[in-house]
Amino acid sequence: MQAYDKPLPRGEDFNGDFYQFCKQHELRFQRCRDCGTWRHMPRESCQACGSFNWAWERAAGKGQVFSWTVIHRALHPGFAVELPYAAVVVELEEGVRMISHVLDLPADQLRVGLPVEVVFDDVTPEITLPKFRPSRIRQSSP
Amino acid sequence: MTLKDQACIVGVGESAYTRGSQKTVLRLVLEASRHAIRDAGLTVQDIDGFVLSSSYIYQEALAANLGVSDLRYSTTVQMGGASPVTALQSAAMAVTLGIAHNVLVPFGWNGYSEARISRRERPDAPSRPDNALSQALRNYYAPYGALAPVQHYAWLATRHRELHGTTDEDMGEVALTSRFHAQHNPRAYMYGRTLTMEQYLQSPMIASPFRVLDCCLETDGACAVVVTSAERALDLQHDPVYIMGIAEGHPYPADDIPNRPDFFKIGLSFAAPHAFEMAGVMPQDMDFAQIYDCFTYVVMLQLEALGFCGAGESREFVKGGTLRIDGDLPCNTHGGLHSEAHVWGLNHVVEATRQLRHEAGLQVEDCELGLVTGWGDFGDGSLVILRR
Ligand SMILES: [Zn+2]
Repeated sequence: MQAYDKPLPRGEDFNGDFYQFCKQHELRFQRCRDCGTWRHMPRESCQACGSFNWAWERAAGKGQVFSWTVIHRALHPGFAVELPYAAVVVELEEGVRMISHVLDLPADQLRVGLPVEVVFDDVTPEITLPKFRPSRIRQSSP
Repeated sequence: MTLKDQACIVGVGESAYTRGSQKTVLRLVLEASRHAIRDAGLTVQDIDGFVLSSSYIYQEALAANLGVSDLRYSTTVQMGGASPVTALQSAAMAVTLGIAHNVLVPFGWNGYSEARISRRERPDAPSRPDNALSQALRNYYAPYGALAPVQHYAWLATRHRELHGTTDEDMGEVALTSRFHAQHNPRAYMYGRTLTMEQYLQSPMIASPFRVLDCCLETDGACAVVVTSAERALDLQHDPVYIMGIAEGHPYPADDIPNRPDFFKIGLSFAAPHAFEMAGVMPQDMDFAQIYDCFTYVVMLQLEALGFCGAGESREFVKGGTLRIDGDLPCNTHGGLHSEAHVWGLNHVVEATRQLRHEAGLQVEDCELGLVTGWGDFGDGSLVILRR
């Protein structure tokens, strides 16, 4: 098996915590304990109320496509084999947005508002990247 | 008190614009600086302030090589490509308050031979120090293959297209305008190389919706301008060009693109109302606009932020030659970063100054008022409104 040769998150400080949860296949973001505001990227304090109290709360992992770019020229050789690939802005139900990939979907079918759900890609033994795929059709319970 | 009409641009200069300067950045900056000081009718001994952009050179070396022995004020702006216009703000403050008398605002880089943006994230590229944007870039964008500005700004462009119907041809209009203007500027890299819409549409896609020809040049080169007080400016060589209004602005948050409440609210959205209010003029009063054109769509987004048209309306605004020399708002009359050179937009300031002196290569007839924008990092912005 070929070594993973794409850039990996450096994972220092809070960013390391974020990726530790990903490794456990949990998508967690900081949420203010005082006013309830979710945030991403991780930060020291709440931009809404200034509080230093927060917890890593688990997100539902559901969201929708907000924007994207389809990349046709790799600026890092590790991505050359993936061309073309889409770097997608996903908006989570909790209100935070993140960059990711949407799997199982041709790039020309990306649409604003397309429902997606998180999947976890264990790219190395140490690092798991949260990615997304189109939401499965929800079955109505009998 | 405001900075309105307190300070003037009195000297402009540039090095040669090349691909492969074979010179140090410092050497390029020294050449541009000496031209600008001479253009002002000043000597090196008259210069007592520097405002630098980014950290390609340091003030100590600049002073020692230039011969500035009494440096009273020096600072450095860190706003990427928005820095040079913001630097004018610091320079204007310094000369207005008497902290310094004549401030040099230089910028140079070997943007082709040393610091190619298109090669920035290759493993063999020299590693860059951490900066304010590293957290987002290294931890949250790069692992998904989003490594460079052409990819990051494409997120803005794609959503704009999805919501407002902006097309390839609309963006092409911006590229064609710059290239058209460059045909009148022998200094421009694209001088002598015309461009048709067909050629634009056939250029290869880099990061949709951006093709090669949506992207600016990579250039080795330097520019410099000299700023002095309005009072001193009257005694100098050229008609002074007055800084009527100036402001910087930062998107919120500035260090992460996706998590902005209003995705299209850029630094310039904050800066523009402040600069226009200071100047006491309206966007419609402008005789020309030199708009930071790292990518075609970024010009369109800035036209909206400046108030030339409403949100989502830039696609209509740019149609029909509006931005051309004989249009309602001549834009990037030197060819811009797209077709003249990429000197972080300080070349836009040089061009605006020459326009207002009525000595430009492609002159906007009888122009009295014009503006220059800066754009950098993840959408930092700056705006200066100039008059003759
Ligand atoms: Zn809070």
